[in-house]
Amino acid sequence: MEDVASARRGAAGIPRLFSLKGATGPLIGLILLCLFLSFTSDRFLSTRNFLNILDQVTVLGIMAVGMTFVILIGGIDLAVGSVLALAMMVMGYLANELGLPMAAAILVALVASAGTGVVSGFLITTFRVPAFIATLAMMSVARGLANMITDGQQIVGFPDWFNDLASIRHGGFLTVTVALAILVFLAAYLFLRYRSAGRMLYAVGGSNEVARLAGIDVRLVTIAVYAASAVCAGLAGIVLASRLDSVQPSSGLGYELDTIAAVVIGGTSLTGGSGGIPGTLIGVLIIGVLRNGLNLLNVSPFVQQIVIGIVIAIAVAAETYRNRK
Amino acid sequence: MTSTNPVILSLRGIGKTYGTITVLQGVDLDIRAGEVIALLGENGAGKSTLSGIIAGSREPSTGAMTLDGQPYAPASPRQAIDTGVALIHQELKLLPHLTIAENVFVGRWPMKGGKIDRAAMVRRAEEQLQRLGLMIPATRQVEGLSTAQQQLVEIAKALALKARVLILDEPTASLGGAETDLLFAQIDKLRSEGVGIIYISHRLEEIRRIANRIVVLRDGQKVAEFDRGDVPVRQVVEAMVGRSLERMFPTIPAPKGGVMLSVRNLTGANGAFRNVSFDVREGEILGIAGLMGAGRTELVRAITGADPIASGEVRLGGQPLALRSPADAISRGIVMVPEDRKLQGLIVEHSIGENLGYANTDRVAAKGWITGRGLASFADASIRRFGVKGRAEQPASALSGGNQQKVVIAKWLARNPRVVVLDEPTRGIDVGARSSIYDIIVELAASGVAVIVVSSDLEEVLGVSNRILVLSHGNQAGILDRSEATDVRVMELATS
Repeated sequence: MEDVASARRGAAGIPRLFSLKGATGPLIGLILLCLFLSFTSDRFLSTRNFLNILDQVTVLGIMAVGMTFVILIGGIDLAVGSVLALAMMVMGYLANELGLPMAAAILVALVASAGTGVVSGFLITTFRVPAFIATLAMMSVARGLANMITDGQQIVGFPDWFNDLASIRHGGFLTVTVALAILVFLAAYLFLRYRSAGRMLYAVGGSNEVARLAGIDVRLVTIAVYAASAVCAGLAGIVLASRLDSVQPSSGLGYELDTIAAVVIGGTSLTGGSGGIPGTLIGVLIIGVLRNGLNLLNVSPFVQQIVIGIVIAIAVAAETYRNRK
Repeated sequence: MTSTNPVILSLRGIGKTYGTITVLQGVDLDIRAGEVIALLGENGAGKSTLSGIIAGSREPSTGAMTLDGQPYAPASPRQAIDTGVALIHQELKLLPHLTIAENVFVGRWPMKGGKIDRAAMVRRAEEQLQRLGLMIPATRQVEGLSTAQQQLVEIAKALALKARVLILDEPTASLGGAETDLLFAQIDKLRSEGVGIIYISHRLEEIRRIANRIVVLRDGQKVAEFDRGDVPVRQVVEAMVGRSLERMFPTIPAPKGGVMLSVRNLTGANGAFRNVSFDVREGEILGIAGLMGAGRTELVRAITGADPIASGEVRLGGQPLALRSPADAISRGIVMVPEDRKLQGLIVEHSIGENLGYANTDRVAAKGWITGRGLASFADASIRRFGVKGRAEQPASALSGGNQQKVVIAKWLARNPRVVVLDEPTRGIDVGARSSIYDIIVELAASGVAVIVVSSDLEEVLGVSNRILVLSHGNQAGILDRSEATDVRVMELATS
């Protein structure tokens, strides 16, 4: 009896390992997209181009990890683009104007980012401000703060080693920033899948009340999630600074929408409670590959916006259709 | 007595299949003007499929219906309503921020000169409200009305559309005794006006009071039809479950241990109950009875940390407790199976295993790490222990109400709690599954747990409790011992 049950489970274990929980549709989309581009552009299918895509999606990817947490608990975070800019400016100001060591400047920038997330989380839990409004307010405040630091001016010129993080490909393929993004994804994946705290996000997103009655501290979880999202946005800002060798307060305008799009394309439900990191990875890659491919095909940036809009609509419509069946 | 009334709606050979699964087969049914037909059956017997077909939300696979002799095949609920057939759902579907009048006429506003004729809307809505004996202005917002009042607004809505066949799906599921009486008075009135009513309920006592005929479904087929309402309960139940019932309730053991939970002068922060004091001993089952709005649910939510307390004291094994959250209560071994299974007890889209895991992360996850295997073996153990018909990886939505409730109970019992509170443990659960819930309750008490059972079902409170605490308008009306508790005695206290 026992043996039969465990044998059955063992047999089901292999497919389960590869199960993407609702992200199979986006994965098929990504593969089709890659096939299409391989045939239409002779420059698409190369290691070099692939590495370019990875470099290009690090910022979006790191932000999307935090956004996945937020959307999983049924929330939304519109502040990430502004928080990214704030982190960049705090780091740039501390390092270049005050002469702090880079490491310390980065640390303070991340702490400042976390602070914005904690404030959003408090607004949402303690003052019951809807997440959309709380983070909209934070989006405005963080952007204003980022501008105030240098009165809207950019800061240029960081130590060489800092730029090298995004430009030197160790072993011929891996920049430190890409490695960092991969680590963030891996940690988030393991956290959501194997940590009890990670599973709690699914419970909170599935139903606030069920989670609370099950003894989960919904308030703490919510605040922590918005803090995590803000830290991811701040980290993405550091990566962007390294890529650009400069920081400016207008960075990250509209990034929140790309980030939300990547998460949603990846199959995480906006109502909360279902989805996950593998889907988000695919969503991020779809946006990255699409941008890259359209550039290679010399499609104008305006048309690119239209294409990406259509992809978002198709991805969500396809998922909804599948669920209805 | 009603068999001479004209037939309004007639069903012949109605069946429904989904793929290879037959959920309804060859059902014949005549609904006459001015009669109440009780439609009974366990969950999954086909009641909601049948009522859905009549009300136009599902299409039959086989068979035909006629309305006043004309072929009747509604393609949508709207078409059904337009031809005079309306279904009042178990879960009310009113728009809380609109007025009663707007709700009654939503989508069909009376128009005058291209504008909504608000005066006519209010007047016509009030006519229907008065017809139902509901003396509230139609300009009032729906939000804040009692459940019974909302139920009547739903019925008014159907009547305003000139419904001649009304299907009421568990209308009393959330009503207290007085409200049920009010509803029944209105049903009587509608019956005398010639409306044909199909009444779906799990509460057999009500059926005796209200029905002219009883139709029993089992496994999608009509298995019995009684030409009167006051059929012995046992006979009806036997037709529903298809076997003869030895007993409805298990034997309730006498408590052996000392006082486990002690409540003194407890008053809720929202004022729903005041100065409640009682003790529950180890192995004792305390029933809490009272009408809707008497403060039963609020009382047990306060004891389990879900709602704040204004004053008073809760002691567990002699120790005073400060309960600020459900987590506090759970860590002390006080757990609750909440009133609303689907909104408070389970995340129905998530798997059974996950649902069990949420309340037991500390057991499932060693040092915070959860593995699929650990969760599955934990879930399998619970599923086996409570006889849940389902697998760990199935979504909870795939289960019947009774099995869902077993999952909610199972998620707590793995923690070996000291006090278990069950709020409406068998609401919306069919008769067969009920007795296994009762068995679990008794088993818990026998193992020394202090059990509190809140129920609107009088028979249930009387059947499973050692003692019964009766609340009335938030006040403690009395505590009855099993030996002195009768339905009359409890109702006297509840209405005092």
